[in-house]
Amino acid sequence: MRWYALAIYVFLYLPIVLIVFFSFNSGRYAMDWQGFSFQWYGRAFANRFAMQALATSLEVGLWTAALSTVIGTLTAIGLERTRGWPRRLFDGLIYVAIMVPGVVIGIATLIAFVTLFGALNPLLAHLFGPDGPQLAMGRATVVGAHVLFNLAVVTLIVRARLAGLDRSLIEASEDLYATPLGTFRQVVLPLLTPAILAGFLLSFTFSFEDFIIAFFVAGPNNTLPIYIFSSIRRGITPEINAIGTVVLIVSLTLLITAQFLLRSRDRAVAGKG
Amino acid sequence: MTAAAGTRDEGRGGGRATTALLLAPASAFFLLLLLLPLAVVIVYSFGERAPAGGYLPAFSFDNYLNLAARGQAFLNTLTLAPLGTLLCALVAYPLAYFLAVRASPRIRTLLLVLVIVPFWASQLLRIYAWLLILGSKGIPALLSLVGIEDLLLVNTRFAVLVGMVYGYLPLMIFPIYVSLEKLDKRLLEASSDLGARPWRTFLQVTLPMSLEGVATGSLLVFILLMGEFIIPALLGGGKVFFIGNALVDLFLQSRNWPYGAAVSIALIAIMLASIVTYMRFVLGKRGQRPNAFM
Repeated sequence: MRWYALAIYVFLYLPIVLIVFFSFNSGRYAMDWQGFSFQWYGRAFANRFAMQALATSLEVGLWTAALSTVIGTLTAIGLERTRGWPRRLFDGLIYVAIMVPGVVIGIATLIAFVTLFGALNPLLAHLFGPDGPQLAMGRATVVGAHVLFNLAVVTLIVRARLAGLDRSLIEASEDLYATPLGTFRQVVLPLLTPAILAGFLLSFTFSFEDFIIAFFVAGPNNTLPIYIFSSIRRGITPEINAIGTVVLIVSLTLLITAQFLLRSRDRAVAGKG
Repeated sequence: MTAAAGTRDEGRGGGRATTALLLAPASAFFLLLLLLPLAVVIVYSFGERAPAGGYLPAFSFDNYLNLAARGQAFLNTLTLAPLGTLLCALVAYPLAYFLAVRASPRIRTLLLVLVIVPFWASQLLRIYAWLLILGSKGIPALLSLVGIEDLLLVNTRFAVLVGMVYGYLPLMIFPIYVSLEKLDKRLLEASSDLGARPWRTFLQVTLPMSLEGVATGSLLVFILLMGEFIIPALLGGGKVFFIGNALVDLFLQSRNWPYGAAVSIALIAIMLASIVTYMRFVLGKRGQRPNAFM
């Protein structure tokens, strides 16, 4: 039994260890160890296309995280004040947004955007002339499609935390004549902060790692996962491992932090949870 | 001014308006980026392909009647996704059992965290790693040292199955672990006190009581496998392709959007049918909902 468990852990970690290990390979092929070197990191950071893709991914990730966190938090608070069918409707939509596979979300948003832009662009050209602004697929459309999924996730996380809040704290604040806004800012918001931060980090990581949705709606822009995918198609070099190692470090650090923030709720003031 | 999170002002006129304002942005997103696009997909699925690719308005069932043209993708998905789910469950169960029953409580949390951490790493990179392991410089190169030559592992069903098990194992381990952890250990003692052999205790007590966890994990893994793209794309190399790969091809290469729309509707229909079946037959009357991600 122990040995079986050990074997599974090796199975789980070996692939990740291999990516990191061969990123330090001095040879040209990913699995053919020639000696230790940092050269592929140097090449990756000097690679204009990779860096452009990284910048796009960071920008898309930050926008996605910011918007999802704000909207998801508002939604969680709004749902806390809602009963009956509107609440059930939102619950249903949140589950649909999470359960519909990424490939379908990608397709659906692609054709919806293309249809919408196809209808609006002639109007824009009419209003502003042929050199005026035109709508096109790009970073904004990726952010839109990413926010859809992540606002659902943030709503669930913040709502779980809200449900675990100790009501007596809010009542105490109200008894002490705090205005509702004051209660929110001074009591509720600080208690929600770990969940909100965790939601931010989770959304950023999802967006930073997502390939399939961006593949459909990114238009001519490459995000880092799209860049990695097309590099793999062209041939495997340790440069992919080097970029991959950077991605792994970024996303694992953020996710472990997020998890830590979510765990801390057990130790925090939250009562009934 | 009434503001957020006050529970007491519920029902007051101002409270209603605030609630509506709080929910407005999410409503806009769900409407514009979920419901409207899904509606557009449904409309497109009855249309025709424009000569240059894209959509021509029409009303015909041709796209649906033609689904068999991509029959291989459906066949691969509907055989390999259940097989992958089954393998995942078989690999996950002993580990979940070990974690819930055998592992010492001191290191249990650590071991559980270690299960989930690789799952957080980008799926693209984890599957890329298997491309390295199964590729010609990986396991086949090692095997050629012991005389097994020219073994081709990538671009096979085997590679896709390995990727599927690897990709979703943590998602299977957790629900099984939870169901085994809930299990009252005194039942196991009672069973052995009554003279049951360990295997009999396992088959008659432990296994039946943990089937709910197996079912939940299987549903999650199955649903995600149905929409899979990266694993067959990288490890199946165009030879073993899923519905997701057919969709990418239809939308981005051959640009037959109406037909692609019909394929995605068929995919969603199969997924919904499996969720409903699961709810009816596995969760039964308990009225529990699988809590997907949280």
